[in-house]
Amino acid sequence: MNRRTFLTGTATSVAIGRRRLLRAAASAPVITAAGLATPSTAEAAPLPLTPPDSVDYEDVGDSIIQASAPTIANVRLKLGPDGVYTFEMPRLEQGTGIATALAMMIAEEAGVTLDKVKVHSADAQPNLEAGQITGGSCTLRAFDPYIKEMVLRARAAAGLPPQAGAPADPAQYQVIGKRYRKLDARDIVTGKKRFTMDQDVPGAVPTMCRMPSQIRGTVVSVNNLDAVRKMPGVLDVVVVPAGGFVVKIPPAVAVMAETFGQAYDACRALDITWGDGNMRGQSDATIQAQLKAAIAPLVDSPPGTMTVEGEFEWPAATACPLEVECAIADVRPGSAEIWAGLQSPIITLQSTAAELGLPESSVTVHCIPSGGSFGRRLFWDPVQVAAQVSRLTGRICKLMYHRSDDIRHTRLRPPQYHKVRAALNPPTPLTPGNVLSYQQHIGIVRLDARHGFGNKGSAVPAGTPPDAIQTPVNQEYEEAFFDTMVSSPYNFGANDKAIYPVALEMNTVSYRSVHIMPARTCEEIIVDEIAAALHRDPVDFRLEFLRLPRAKAVLQRVAGAAQWGKAMAPGFAQGVGVHMESRSFSAAIVELDARDPLNCKVTRVTLVIDVGKPVNPSGIEQQCHGGIAEAISLVLKTGLTIRDGGVLEGSYNQYTFARMVDFPKAVEIIIMPNLGDPIAGMGEVAMSAPAGAIANAYARATRIKPRKFPLNARPAFTPTPPGQLPVPPTV
Amino acid sequence: MPTYNFQVNGEPVSVDAPADLALLWVLRDKLGITGPKYGCGVNVCKACTCLVNNKAVQTCVTPVSSVAGKRVVTIEGLADGDTLHPVQQAWLDLDVPQCGFCQPGQIMNAVALLKTKRNPSDADIDAIENICRCATYGRIRQAIKNAAAAMP
Repeated sequence: MNRRTFLTGTATSVAIGRRRLLRAAASAPVITAAGLATPSTAEAAPLPLTPPDSVDYEDVGDSIIQASAPTIANVRLKLGPDGVYTFEMPRLEQGTGIATALAMMIAEEAGVTLDKVKVHSADAQPNLEAGQITGGSCTLRAFDPYIKEMVLRARAAAGLPPQAGAPADPAQYQVIGKRYRKLDARDIVTGKKRFTMDQDVPGAVPTMCRMPSQIRGTVVSVNNLDAVRKMPGVLDVVVVPAGGFVVKIPPAVAVMAETFGQAYDACRALDITWGDGNMRGQSDATIQAQLKAAIAPLVDSPPGTMTVEGEFEWPAATACPLEVECAIADVRPGSAEIWAGLQSPIITLQSTAAELGLPESSVTVHCIPSGGSFGRRLFWDPVQVAAQVSRLTGRICKLMYHRSDDIRHTRLRPPQYHKVRAALNPPTPLTPGNVLSYQQHIGIVRLDARHGFGNKGSAVPAGTPPDAIQTPVNQEYEEAFFDTMVSSPYNFGANDKAIYPVALEMNTVSYRSVHIMPARTCEEIIVDEIAAALHRDPVDFRLEFLRLPRAKAVLQRVAGAAQWGKAMAPGFAQGVGVHMESRSFSAAIVELDARDPLNCKVTRVTLVIDVGKPVNPSGIEQQCHGGIAEAISLVLKTGLTIRDGGVLEGSYNQYTFARMVDFPKAVEIIIMPNLGDPIAGMGEVAMSAPAGAIANAYARATRIKPRKFPLNARPAFTPTPPGQLPVPPTV
Repeated sequence: MPTYNFQVNGEPVSVDAPADLALLWVLRDKLGITGPKYGCGVNVCKACTCLVNNKAVQTCVTPVSSVAGKRVVTIEGLADGDTLHPVQQAWLDLDVPQCGFCQPGQIMNAVALLKTKRNPSDADIDAIENICRCATYGRIRQAIKNAAAAMP
């Protein structure tokens, strides 16, 4: 599974599959490859990445495309007598604009205007098997090869001959490449767009819950059940039972009331004795120490070479979509109906059926467009809670987490510790120097990937045995994600990137960009430090060492557009970052005001992106804006604090994601033209180039090496006591 | 349970509710007006922002008793029939929304800002605290300026 290799004691590189072997290699006597220590003209050129990056040949998007392919004929696109195509999109529209872009691709292929394409969110459709998961920034990539066939089938079903099809020459496109607003933009600005909690389900009862004082703590007792049941508006109070198919049902005490306000008041009034979770006693420092200890030692640089190295700490982070986790569940004796925003609706249906003891054919799951997601809704825990509450009370449960629990008991981007070491041939009067090897070993809290490809066939093996914190199949998935997502853009010779998952019972998830953004940000920082060690300009150095022409092209373009190297006032600096992900290429140059190194501000961003086949420039720009805000937030501003087994932050004033004042007023997004390259991914891919650029600007402005994130001081706050909900302030 | 009379989007309403019930839940759970969103419950994210007597108010921390006799406007009451409010139109023209969840609060806050400042400065816009997790901030800034220019 691990396709990275490492230069061993011979001059040849050999593939070493498993970390066990890497450890053996690392513990071997210091490795020297004869001749490498003495620079020569021949060695000064960039060494080819060895082995070639496996992501070039198969990435996570490819695997999702391949998983979707066998059932693509079950995807529903219908042509009505009014000439309107109706698409039941088997993906979650979470704000990334996939519905609009897919509609544009259908319109182009069908030769109709965009108003002749309607997109609905498909219910969980088990006959799609592994073909209904939203993730990996590959939705447009996954459908692009099949749009022709889908339109053909829709026309055949309507008794019409095959379509002429999209023009072969991108210059002739009528819809693709033009700017369109989101299909639901008017509904949004008029308040008509209905999210899960806005669904009109008659009889659905507002429900909120309390969650334990520690991550996956337990409910020992509820000490004032009768008193809370008598509170105004309260209809029922239930302890959510333990259990769970594939993943555990979250521990909680739920209150149903006539209004959410009353449910909230009753939740706060509950006197609950909480039991410990398995994270008891764990705090950021203990977690980071375990991660650091899990990493096999890096191999020493050969004698005569220079070493550039660094160790980096990233805290846990939360996706914190603005729509809190929520679900509606109507569980009857022989059936269940669910409404929720879901990235994995099929396994949600299948596990709900298993947890309720119902046949799968009796469970309906409506997938509702969500208010953000960023990976969070790959798991379906609010559905698990709502279904149990509905089952126990006989009422329709309309469940919403409080924001505080949405942060404290959410699924986290795993905390991680990176060790990076590059060995360089130093420059000589005759040669400019080059990079012999690059190692990056990452200790990381195990990533929960038990959703698999969103169906039972792939999720159940990952969830077996059920009580394991890390199952063998889950670890295979995590390593596969790492190996098929984290790409190396540079010719740095022997290349070794590896993860060392540490099994802690934290709720983790593939937060936006998963392993990529932290790994690539660390690499971009080291790239700047290598360039400095070789006395090279960061942009010139990258242009020489980037492996692929499209990566060089975006960098050249951004360097010109951002006036790389222009004079900056003291305390200000430019920084650069380059990235490739999901077949897209991006490069960013930022300007940073670092006069106060503990309160840096990004003042300008220029971001160039090459997505191969740009579908909707307006949507691409929006996703780039999102990537910039993610980068500002995670590099400079925020992260979660874990203390005694629980998360301290409870809202956006404590988990300080970027606000208006943090978003630079000068942002330029440049989309490279369609030159006939294959369609590439977008959603997550714009985070990493600006993240690297911000960190590098920080280093250049402050002369402080960025090592521990976030770089700015985080605001002090008084946390709500663990296991409690905040008291709403009065205005 | 006391009864409160006030106006919502130009219509008189009469609601039986506990005095301290937040206006957000009166609107959403009792009146079925779902434009205002819950995002935090503690006056931090501002997704629940509505107008009360032309001022931006965070309805998640506004007791219903405090709006008795007042005029409440939600995102649903902003347009004049099919004619959008200039702020809504500016939002649409610039394709501001991404997921859209925070946008009712963002728009109501912008409307309130433009009622007090005809031509808000960048500093005025920087003071907007509404969270947008998708990061529509750049387009919101421009949309507010465009709306300011378009308003009579």
